Amino acid sequence: MSAVSGAAAGGAPLLAVAGLAKVYPTGKKALGGVDVVIDRPQLVAVIGSSGAGKSTFIRCINRLVEPTAGSVRLNGEEIVALDRKGLRAARRRIGMIFQEYNLVERLSVMQNVLSGRLGYTGLLASLRYRFPPEDIQAAFALLDRVGLDGYHNQRADALSGGQRQRVGIARALMQRPELLLLDEPTASLDPKTSRQIMRLVRELVAERQTPAIINIHDVALARAHADRIIGMKDGLIVFDAEASALTDAALTRIYGEEDWSTPQDEDDEAPAAPTVATAQVDALS
Amino acid sequence: MTAHQLPQDRAPMRRYPDHWERYSLRERVVHWIWLGGIALAAAWSVSALDIEWAFFADAHEQAADLIERMWPPRWSYLPRIVQPLIETLHIATLGTMIAIVFALPVAFLAARNTTYNQATWLLGRAMLVMSRSINTVIWGLLFVAIFGPGPVAGICAVAARSIGFIAKLVAEAIEEVDAGQIEAAESTGASTLQVYGVAILPQILPVLIGTSIYRWDINVRESSVLGFVGAGGIGLLLYASINQFAWSQAIVILIAILGIVIISEALSAYVRSRIV
Amino acid sequence: MTTAVTSYPSRWRAPSIFGSPGRRLAFWALVAAYLVWSLSTLNVDTARILAGLPRAWTILERMVPPDFSRWELLLTGMVESVQIAIAATIIGAVLSIPIGIAASANLSPRPLYLLARAFIVTGRTFHEVIIAIFFVKLFGFGPVAGLLTLAFSSAIFLGKMLAEDIENMKPGPVEAIRATGASFGQTFFYAVVPQVLVKTLGVLIYRLDSNLRHSTVIGIVGAGGIGQTLSASFSRYDFDFASAILLTIAAMVAFGEWFSDWARRRLR
Repeated sequence: MSAVSGAAAGGAPLLAVAGLAKVYPTGKKALGGVDVVIDRPQLVAVIGSSGAGKSTFIRCINRLVEPTAGSVRLNGEEIVALDRKGLRAARRRIGMIFQEYNLVERLSVMQNVLSGRLGYTGLLASLRYRFPPEDIQAAFALLDRVGLDGYHNQRADALSGGQRQRVGIARALMQRPELLLLDEPTASLDPKTSRQIMRLVRELVAERQTPAIINIHDVALARAHADRIIGMKDGLIVFDAEASALTDAALTRIYGEEDWSTPQDEDDEAPAAPTVATAQVDALS
Repeated sequence: MTAHQLPQDRAPMRRYPDHWERYSLRERVVHWIWLGGIALAAAWSVSALDIEWAFFADAHEQAADLIERMWPPRWSYLPRIVQPLIETLHIATLGTMIAIVFALPVAFLAARNTTYNQATWLLGRAMLVMSRSINTVIWGLLFVAIFGPGPVAGICAVAARSIGFIAKLVAEAIEEVDAGQIEAAESTGASTLQVYGVAILPQILPVLIGTSIYRWDINVRESSVLGFVGAGGIGLLLYASINQFAWSQAIVILIAILGIVIISEALSAYVRSRIV
Repeated sequence: MTTAVTSYPSRWRAPSIFGSPGRRLAFWALVAAYLVWSLSTLNVDTARILAGLPRAWTILERMVPPDFSRWELLLTGMVESVQIAIAATIIGAVLSIPIGIAASANLSPRPLYLLARAFIVTGRTFHEVIIAIFFVKLFGFGPVAGLLTLAFSSAIFLGKMLAEDIENMKPGPVEAIRATGASFGQTFFYAVVPQVLVKTLGVLIYRLDSNLRHSTVIGIVGAGGIGQTLSASFSRYDFDFASAILLTIAAMVAFGEWFSDWARRRLR
């Protein structure tokens, strides 16, 4: 389905982030020069304490937050330098999934899923919900894939949290993205639903050969599902390796001193994370 | 709907529909009927007003001409309008004060739990509807006919309109009063008026004060035009200036009205935020 | 645990909203001083007021019974008022959309936002009758001036309410739709409109109701509608016809209020 055409661009990596920095107008330094290269479809978990810059990091990739310096290359194309129109075209290639699902609640599930195709549709056609038949077909197929077959005419505000997140995933996949960004997708869900959502994301990454970057608070969940883990602290990357290499020493580097050997209970209910960075994103920019 | 229920072994080539409509046919017909109805109402309204479209052709020139004649404002006129401006504020303030006095008994009549019987309730409701459905300016016409031109007619007009406004909101507050407190007061053997005073009045006082202050700032705006029908205030001078085509004078008055209305609105909002 | 006989105060006064008796006294003194000042500067002619009381009775007597014999004139005026109200609401609603977007801090650029807010504040300050008189000067006597007046003030009122709704909506869906690569127009229709539509329709119905009220008064400066008929009947001392008009206005306004309440309740 999704064409990972990136290899065509002279073997450029799928995503190459270099020296990415963000200083908010308030003077708060959220990102202090981040370098990440993703060269194959893998699930990359970004962990770190609240305010470490995780949310700013992924929002700087699709420029929902405008980075102050640095470069983001998606399959070789520089995103930071793009003008409005070019940025819109680039955003179509990046799917995003949010902690609070961010569905348009009064619209139906189908309308929400189809909104993933807005970047490819003209204003008038999208106002009349005239999407190409193959998009409609793809939307039905995706709803089936995420486990919401038959839900297309339900209103989004009638769904449970886990179901809403599935709609959010379907909306992002409608874009046939070359990269998925997930901002704390499980933080508002109960532990069981969180695992189901993570499993679904992992399966989709493998099926569609699409790399995904996922911000996550739950270290156990990240260890269980991610291929690679990036640890952030104070806007910098302090750990970047295979998930299996995440040792207690590494955790201490990321989160600070703590007894990591104490066995955690089954569901590892991480305390609800305050969404500091989300609050800083204004609806404008 | 949970993940383990996902059909993993479904047929590989399921056909999904490639057509989807947001609304059913019936819903779409209803939407079109609504839209058609609104369009018809608009067409009927505009066509029956027999609008002389030719007037629109030179409207922008007229407007430009008007602005040209307004500028520069004749600031020397300012001292002449100070007294009428004060009169305007007095009309609003005194009218509101009178309205508070009358609104309280009307509110008790119009609230189901404090009125005496069905007849008094109807009387209270009728007073509310009468007071509220007639605009302050029309009340002004009536009181000018009674008292002759001048601020007294204006004060009465403001009061007449405000009674209904204040009483309606206060009556709603009375109906929402905690019934337990009334029972408690009644069980001590208090008379009806004592019950009203002890158990109800303290509870509705914030509403009464808040509503009255809010109405006061509306009344400042209303009394700026009462002069148009001869009921006192700055409106008289504005009307006269416009009729004499003294536009540079009119703009001074407009700026003054802008000033007092904005100040009273800010004052009212500030006082209400302190009280409530 | 104290067993000693405590002496209780025998004087107690209910706490008042003023905080202390001194402030209460000061408040009433202020009210009294204001009354003296205002009544003295207003130079109220007591003799004329006293003369007015019997005249009020005469006028009341002549108002009853109301004279509905000229119902055709009454009906023409009322229909014109209703037409002005409906047309003004529709035109105002259309104009309010750009005003509302421009006046939302989260959608519009700062300079445009400030400009739109200043426009709203200025427009809202002036009473409909003042705006009407300007349109009468520009377009002559008649319903056109009334229509434009109410369309203008409706656009400002609806624009202000729309801007407040847009500012209070959830930013999340807007962010999500923008992240799909949607344009400004698409983001507006997919993320903003669904969030504000129901509330905006409610405000629109409310405004139709209040335009109905206002349309009865702008006729006083010659801007069409029943107000013109009413004003004329007062100046001709035609009090029985005036009372018929007043009753009709009251009935229509009451109906409008009922309709608006009913329609807004039906909106989910």
